[in-house]
Amino acid sequence: MREAATPAQRLRRVLLTVGPGAFWLVLFVLVPTLIVLVVSLMSRGSLGQPVPPFGLHNYVRFFSDPLFLEIIGRSLWIGFWSTLLVMLLGYPLAFYIAQSRYKEVLLLLVVIPFFTNFLIRVYAWIVVFQKEGLLNALITAFGLPPGEFLPSTLAVYVATVYTYLPFFVLPLYAAVERIDWSLLEAAYDLGARPVRAFFEAIFPQTLPGLLAGFLLVFIPAVGTFVIADLLGGGKVTLVGNLIQLQFGSAQNWAFGSAASMVLMAMVLLGLWLYARTQGERGLDRLV
Amino acid sequence: MKRLLSLHAGLVFAFLYLPILVIVALSFNQSRFGVRFTGFTLEWYARLFSNERILEYLTNTLIVAVVSTAVSTLLGTLLAVGLVRYEFRLKSALRYLLYVPVVVPDVVMGISLLLLFDVVRDAIGWPRLSLFTIILAHISFQIAYVTLVVRARLVLLDPTLEEAAKDLGATSWQTFREVTLPLIMPGVVAGALLAFSLSLDDFVITFFTAGSGSTTLPLYIYSSVKLGIRPEIHALSTLMVGATILVILLGVLFWKKR
Repeated sequence: MREAATPAQRLRRVLLTVGPGAFWLVLFVLVPTLIVLVVSLMSRGSLGQPVPPFGLHNYVRFFSDPLFLEIIGRSLWIGFWSTLLVMLLGYPLAFYIAQSRYKEVLLLLVVIPFFTNFLIRVYAWIVVFQKEGLLNALITAFGLPPGEFLPSTLAVYVATVYTYLPFFVLPLYAAVERIDWSLLEAAYDLGARPVRAFFEAIFPQTLPGLLAGFLLVFIPAVGTFVIADLLGGGKVTLVGNLIQLQFGSAQNWAFGSAASMVLMAMVLLGLWLYARTQGERGLDRLV
Repeated sequence: MKRLLSLHAGLVFAFLYLPILVIVALSFNQSRFGVRFTGFTLEWYARLFSNERILEYLTNTLIVAVVSTAVSTLLGTLLAVGLVRYEFRLKSALRYLLYVPVVVPDVVMGISLLLLFDVVRDAIGWPRLSLFTIILAHISFQIAYVTLVVRARLVLLDPTLEEAAKDLGATSWQTFREVTLPLIMPGVVAGALLAFSLSLDDFVITFFTAGSGSTTLPLYIYSSVKLGIRPEIHALSTLMVGATILVILLGVLFWKKR
């Protein structure tokens, strides 16, 4: 017979397993977040470094200047429409892959861009959209005058959709694989037409995967600065660009921290709404 | 309907691969500018390999990926075991903390670590931004992914196997080493592979935590692209895409064998 562990033994086991990782997360995730919060309440020193006095002035400045509100609005707007486009492209694709005879190969074809370096995927669109790029080569081949596509909002949209499409297809595919198709037959037996049968019997089953996929695309799309930086160059400023600028050439860490807190608050609000409807299992679907 | 679905899938796959194929084709193109193919050349690859810095950037990238993956896999696996097996105070707080690196935008995580390193350096004069700080930063987001992947495997485990080992007189450590660890090994390997590829892929967090002399390949690509397109970057990108495909195929073969 084995004996039950004493409280001291149990504590030791918890400390040995959870301890190091928990310590790391507190030191490198929780503490830095608190530092950002504190710095966001400070002022800009002569060299850009954060200094006292403390106050809400960075937030007041952020929310009272139409320029910054516009940046937030643009980030949400571009993030939302990109995500919607990703869903329109990815949703039918997940069904196609799940029903294909070659699903393993097709999945591989989605996974390869997923793991291809993020910068290379963005860079590829520069090659397409630049002045002497692929798009203009095609346009001039048809005898039309070449256009200016860099920097542009269009390029930002295309690259955002492109970059995050695999993020959506993979979790949705997992949801499609688990679909109980007998419900579709039941709907047909009850006389439903194909469209109605789909929306009543199949669509609800994919909803959890759809929501998880939405967040997996929307959050990074709203927070990105690289895509707008390389393809929107100065023309398209998102909240991520604003943050990078404050920590870079603008040298105002306090204000950059406030902008980061605003972005983080938006993300946490979205997650909180998601967790309320989907529960903790929903959070697990985000990985 | 089926045809429409096939057509859609074909177009989406074309969209996914066209830009990559353009880069691959241009890496062999004689013309330095434009997309018109004027002849086959390996010149850009030769130039790439004659650049000694590239080797240094590649080494930096691999050092960061290997060290951070080793540490995060160890910490993440232990964390997953503790979270699944034991009850303790603040457990749900820890679970929420675990999701933070997964969901917070990279740029926020990047500047928060930059501020942390700055605050600590002001206090004790260490650490300056270097490969070391990049490694610390990468471990911080990798841990969460490793933990969640390993945990998914652990919850599927039959707890009676561990109980049987203990009934037969095995200590907790023996049970973990002889029973639990071999059973969750596929999860640990998957978590490590994910951590490794996340490290190789990361640009944003590296961007904020790197100092002079700690340039990685993604940082190099970024600064080259900012300076204007160069065919050497086409060649480098092609090689990186090739390496990605190779690693994925090896991974698939590995899983098929098991």
